Amino acid sequence: MSGMSKIVKTISSITFPFVTIYGLYVIAHGHLTPGGGFQGGAVVASGCAMILVAYGSVWTMGKIKEKHLSVLESFGAIGFIGLAFLGLIFGTMFFKNFLVGNDFLFGEIGKGLSNISTAGALPLMNFAVGLKVIAGLFGIVLVMAYTTKAKGGKIE
Amino acid sequence: MPARNVAAVIFFTIVAVFFVFGALMTHPFGDPGNPEMDQYIIDNTQGETGADNGVTSVVFDYRGFDTLGEATVLFTAFAGVIVLFRRLKK
Amino acid sequence: MIYNIPYIAVVALILIGLYAVIFKRNLIKIVIGITLIESGVNLFLITLAYRQDSIAPIYHGEISRLMSLPVPHALTLTSIVIGVAVLALMLSLVIHIYRHYGTLDARKIGREEE
Repeated sequence: MSGMSKIVKTISSITFPFVTIYGLYVIAHGHLTPGGGFQGGAVVASGCAMILVAYGSVWTMGKIKEKHLSVLESFGAIGFIGLAFLGLIFGTMFFKNFLVGNDFLFGEIGKGLSNISTAGALPLMNFAVGLKVIAGLFGIVLVMAYTTKAKGGKIE
Repeated sequence: MPARNVAAVIFFTIVAVFFVFGALMTHPFGDPGNPEMDQYIIDNTQGETGADNGVTSVVFDYRGFDTLGEATVLFTAFAGVIVLFRRLKK
Repeated sequence: MIYNIPYIAVVALILIGLYAVIFKRNLIKIVIGITLIESGVNLFLITLAYRQDSIAPIYHGEISRLMSLPVPHALTLTSIVIGVAVLALMLSLVIHIYRHYGTLDARKIGREEE
């Protein structure tokens, strides 16, 4: 596909920042409200897929390659596993929540009052998994749309 | 009707009967017995992990290995899609 | 008599998906059937997690009510993402099969030589 009409492009350009902000909000408040890394990442990836549908896969592939997305996804995975190993180093075991209980970062105990500085390593893991899900889902959609694009009206 | 279709119809009927009886004989909706593990998680999720959201504390703390395997599955799917479509791109 | 209606819905979803997987020939329809089975499994897990008059397992404020079970919710979250990954791989393989054989009929694939 080679992009849709000007109306669709304009409307999706206007809507895209709001979708992204909402997805990042869902990721950042994953330990307080319904949602988390997976759901927020799916929201952001849906916004990127909207841009992909509106502008066409060739234009989008010119803006961002799937190599960059795979690097982003690898960073998410390394961050997630690295946080788990930090639990092994600073705490007692793998996936130990080592940040909770001290005064450093996100260290307070949640009491149902929507305090965002709670829950230890969980918000950091939410960010890592959110980055991973954004890059993974959008990369899958981008690669499938680019390699199956129509040439001259018929599926190649 | 060929023999393969007859076998498929018989298999489908048997599976359907088992599923329907299983659905009728499960415990009533909204009454899952006495779930001690889930009740422990609900009672202690604020004190042990500091998170207000019980589902997030289960996903990232109590059952972190599930999430690790699931992240591996997503990574593998992305890599598999890229490998499958690499040859077609030229 | 609402007490087992959600389980009946689960069984209906799974059986529709199984029907599509067994009796349909088009590979796209088979993929749709597998996705329907996944939806049935997700609904089954969510149904197991519910307790009578309960809220979602999220603390806010000072209210203390009965909460539904958090572990099946987490398993459903995992299951949804795995479903997306499996769907992407299945569709990629279907695209490859269509380009190689020129058809999507499951009973004609691989029998060109006969």
